[in-house]
Amino acid sequence: MTTEIITAPQRQRRPLILWAGLILVGLHVFAGLLSLIWLPYDPTAMAGGRLEGPSLLHWVGTDRLGRDLFTQMMIGSRIALTVGLGAVAIGAVIGVTLGILSAFATRWLDDALAATLDILIAFPTLLIAMLVVAASDTANLWSAIIALGIALSAIVARLTRILAKRVLVMDYITAARTSGSSWPKIVAIHILPNIWPTLAVNFALQFGLAVIAEASLSYLGLGAPPPNASWGRILQEAQGTVYTAPLGAIAPGIALVSLAIGVNLLADGLRDFIDPTRRAR
Amino acid sequence: MTLIQVKNVDFGYSATRQILSDINLEIAPGDTVGLVGESGSGKTTLLRLLLGLARPDSGSITFDGQNLDTGNRAFMRQFRRQAQIVFQDPYSSLDPRQTIFSIIAEPLRSLKIDGDHRQMVAEALEAVGLDRDAATRYPHQFSGGQRQRIAIARAIVARPPFLLADEAVSALDLTTRTRIVDLLARLSAEMTLLFVSHDIGVVAALCRRIVILEKGRIVEQGETAKILKNPQHPYTQRLLASVPRLSVNEISS
Repeated sequence: MTTEIITAPQRQRRPLILWAGLILVGLHVFAGLLSLIWLPYDPTAMAGGRLEGPSLLHWVGTDRLGRDLFTQMMIGSRIALTVGLGAVAIGAVIGVTLGILSAFATRWLDDALAATLDILIAFPTLLIAMLVVAASDTANLWSAIIALGIALSAIVARLTRILAKRVLVMDYITAARTSGSSWPKIVAIHILPNIWPTLAVNFALQFGLAVIAEASLSYLGLGAPPPNASWGRILQEAQGTVYTAPLGAIAPGIALVSLAIGVNLLADGLRDFIDPTRRAR
Repeated sequence: MTLIQVKNVDFGYSATRQILSDINLEIAPGDTVGLVGESGSGKTTLLRLLLGLARPDSGSITFDGQNLDTGNRAFMRQFRRQAQIVFQDPYSSLDPRQTIFSIIAEPLRSLKIDGDHRQMVAEALEAVGLDRDAATRYPHQFSGGQRQRIAIARAIVARPPFLLADEAVSALDLTTRTRIVDLLARLSAEMTLLFVSHDIGVVAALCRRIVILEKGRIVEQGETAKILKNPQHPYTQRLLASVPRLSVNEISS
């Protein structure tokens, strides 16, 4: 029984959350897609003086090599979205599959899987990602994405396992079995639809985590190599001049936070919008 | 003629926990049988065995003369068309994220039953006293009694000859309970019904035959009217004594 009481003012607030999420994520998606076909300046060339403040020509100023920061921020949006989507997709596919298998497994196998997942989760996501990136000889964007995806999959798997087990004891699963539905079919039409609202919100959280983790990797020099302008690398480069040109550090920070918040609002809003049990009677 | 025959069945979830011992039971086609016992007496477990959801440790169960072999896929596919169940909890028996149509049509799809599924679902809804418009809505939009009707519609949509009801009215309030019992009584005219309940009053109203289960053993079985008039086993006597204001004259009439 998962009946939740949603009071009237809360219900009215929901579209607002959805819109706020759509706008924040939309801005990043727009900037990221636009960066594929058009950029205000060449991201690797000097476009103005060094460490210029914001002006009409350079909206967030220039870095210490005189490159336009806004141009780099746009590329950063694209990289952040690629990393977030890629890592969550990998984490979701591996995690959901493992979680469902674990929920169906015999007690012994299930315990073994659960223990393995707990051990994996005990390591910070960033640490696992650093290990994987360090172990691969060529540091590129995809090694970071795969590393983060693997790290996230443990969290997704554990959550999926718990959620699936909760659904499996429901009478409608027994009814489906006596109706002749096969287990794969039961997973597809009963288990996944009933666990995905919770999973979706979790994926949004993971998306934020992945974006921040990639920024951290780049900050540490383990992310995508130059000229990929990851927000983490912009931040790292601006670190030395943070007192003379603070915008170079503030701008990528705001971009990171706005994307992470935006994705979470979007997931929250979408879940309420799509989930029939949360809609008004 | 027997539809279901249970012979010397034992079952336990582990070696130390015996749930059912030496169960012998016969159900004739078209009969209405009440299975009565208190919580933990093994009623639901016996139902699971009869549905082929679990396998007895020893003994045999036959359906229409054929062994209920859970490993035989061809037989099980055929068997699933024959037996359906209604559960106690109308809240957990309907998938909250499916429309009523999808819920009721699931047996039709999974059992690959030909025909116009929309029409069949509409007929099933009408048979349980619901509007056919209900098909487009979701379970949370219905009351407990209405949900139980939906669960019954799902159980009868494929027109199985054998219906099992596991405490199907226990979670409902009194007036709703009466209506659902009436509905089951009407349906039982066309199918074999095994009605599991701890409520001997409801069983008396609905079932021609009664089986009393105590601690995993059948202690008494026979015609409802006879057993209620003249209970032989001390457990049955206790069970009857514990029913408030139940007059035997009322039952037999």
